[in-house]
Amino acid sequence: MRASIIPKSAADLRVRPHLDESARQSFTWAGVRAELRGLPGGGINIAVEALDRHAEGPHAERIALRHIDRHGARRDFTYAALSRASNRFANALRSLGVRKGERVFLLCARIPELYIAALGALKTGAVVSPLFSAFGPEPLRTRMTLGNAKVLVTTATLYQRKIAPIRASLSGLEHILVVPDAASGSIPAATTDFSRVLAAGSEQFQVEPTLESDMALLHFTSGTTGTPKGAIHVHGAVVTHFATGRYALDLHAGDIYWCTADPGWVTGTSYGIIAPLLHGVTSIVDEADFDAERWYRILQEEDVSVWYTAPTAIRMLMKAGPELARRFSFPQLRFVASVGEPLNPEAVWWGKDVLGLPIHDNWWQTETGGIMIANTPAMAIKPGSMGRPLPGVDAAIVRRGAGGGIEHIETADTEGELALRAGWPSMFRGYLDQDERYRKCFAGDWYLTGDLAKRDADGYYWFVGRSDDVIKSAGHLIGPFEVESALMEHAAVAEAGVIGKPDPVSGEVVKAFVSLRAGFEANESLRLELLGHARKRLGAAVAPKEIAFLPGLPRTRSGKIMRRLLKARELGLPEGDTSMLED
Amino acid sequence: MEANAVRAAIGQVLATIAPEVALDALDPAAPLRDQVDLDSMDFLNFIVGLHERLQVDIPEADYARLVSLGDLVDYLVAKRPG
Repeated sequence: MRASIIPKSAADLRVRPHLDESARQSFTWAGVRAELRGLPGGGINIAVEALDRHAEGPHAERIALRHIDRHGARRDFTYAALSRASNRFANALRSLGVRKGERVFLLCARIPELYIAALGALKTGAVVSPLFSAFGPEPLRTRMTLGNAKVLVTTATLYQRKIAPIRASLSGLEHILVVPDAASGSIPAATTDFSRVLAAGSEQFQVEPTLESDMALLHFTSGTTGTPKGAIHVHGAVVTHFATGRYALDLHAGDIYWCTADPGWVTGTSYGIIAPLLHGVTSIVDEADFDAERWYRILQEEDVSVWYTAPTAIRMLMKAGPELARRFSFPQLRFVASVGEPLNPEAVWWGKDVLGLPIHDNWWQTETGGIMIANTPAMAIKPGSMGRPLPGVDAAIVRRGAGGGIEHIETADTEGELALRAGWPSMFRGYLDQDERYRKCFAGDWYLTGDLAKRDADGYYWFVGRSDDVIKSAGHLIGPFEVESALMEHAAVAEAGVIGKPDPVSGEVVKAFVSLRAGFEANESLRLELLGHARKRLGAAVAPKEIAFLPGLPRTRSGKIMRRLLKARELGLPEGDTSMLED
Repeated sequence: MEANAVRAAIGQVLATIAPEVALDALDPAAPLRDQVDLDSMDFLNFIVGLHERLQVDIPEADYARLVSLGDLVDYLVAKRPG
């Protein structure tokens, strides 16, 4: 049995951590805001803080991004070069008639064009909405339609596979800018060549005077029911990105930083694009998919000093075995953090054994826009805990009461819902066009996260589970309704119920239960047909990994499928209160 | 003959993970994951399935070489006993 705490001593800290007791005491959001440049007239713009602040200063020639392509070839962009490229793209958007507040969607592999497009669009005041490249056509269509996409930036390969089949239904989409295929250099018909648009733009750009309250980013997330929700984030969120880059990730000048999250999700945006640039460090961007040996090689050869990754990736590295890891060494690595779902204690310890450093779990979600609760460098780690609230973050464990009120739970180690006091700069400002759903997330001053947790006597928070049926797989939230809807489109399916089944590597995998219409027989060939059907529409990241047939699904008397009961039965757990179950 | 048998085995394993894909429609020289939607879990399951069906050990360190269908066939033919 391992110890339940990993203490830290001065010997564990190669550089002095930003977050100590005095930094915690003196912290104010206004103080952090004052360190940023802002715009003349009092506004603020994420891209100006991330790029121009450095490009026009002594760090102009530092490497901002180091892109590694699939063959291992590197391409570096200095802060000055990235700023110029983003200006070119900003000019291109203006010349296409894109105005402040209009939506620019990004669907790309991890390539430099993605970063150029995101930052350039932010400079114009357009709203950036990242899409995950492992989504299938249906989730892409839903999000672009809900988000009113005007421009899409994508690659030739992704366009052919995912956009061409749905293009006719995207009536509001005016421009599709396509990064040509590396091999052929060609782009599909009726699209615009991204590289030509970029080359035509000037390197000078007058940044749109965005305000702190102006919408900057639109991140789609999933709920239990209904369509995905577009969480609105504003330019003022940059204050949180900056503060958390400093206090949760401990970024220091000269760091080589690698965030492995895909920029199609909120982590890959807040901490893959924005936070490292705010701190003037060098970001590694690896285009290739996960590969254990490649990842160790990158950590070693790029001298990565701060690494932000995810539990699923860590567990895949664990599966690859310690022998592989021992062929590499990581003398420059000094801080490793993880987010996505709770990091199991074995994985925290694995970091200490194999990388020489324990892994620091932290917690946040799409709606919070930035890290809220974290294990930080100077703190002792309690493996399995998400850590303690960062400065400026007021967290609580609450119980929802009747009439929309909440009751605070002060007793240690007692389960309740994790809540945050509203007011941190990167708090979401709405779900696009869904005010009612937004209001339901708050009780008075408190944002209710939907995550169940406990706080121990030392103030560490421990994740318990979700209060709803949303599935967390490989760090991504998946809404069961979206999966059920796709399955219901198949002629054989009468009912579908979708749950997250615990999985040792990805946290949860999507498992679907279906009952069939009369005339269809439950057999292996139909099971594979349904799997293929779901994958074609939803993509690998959202489609079920398992499908099981049931004669009928348990429903409440009001007709709702009882996912919880499906889950309890799958896990062999007590079925709980089934008084609502239909006879 | 051997290459054909290996190709057929790849098709059978792939059909359990990504049944929407027709093996014949894939370009054997292009990266498999550009043509088939496989997340990291799918890819691992695919490799495990190949190992089980063909009784070939595929060490983690070799994954990076297995990019296209052609790479996979060549690799598995070379490693297969007999």
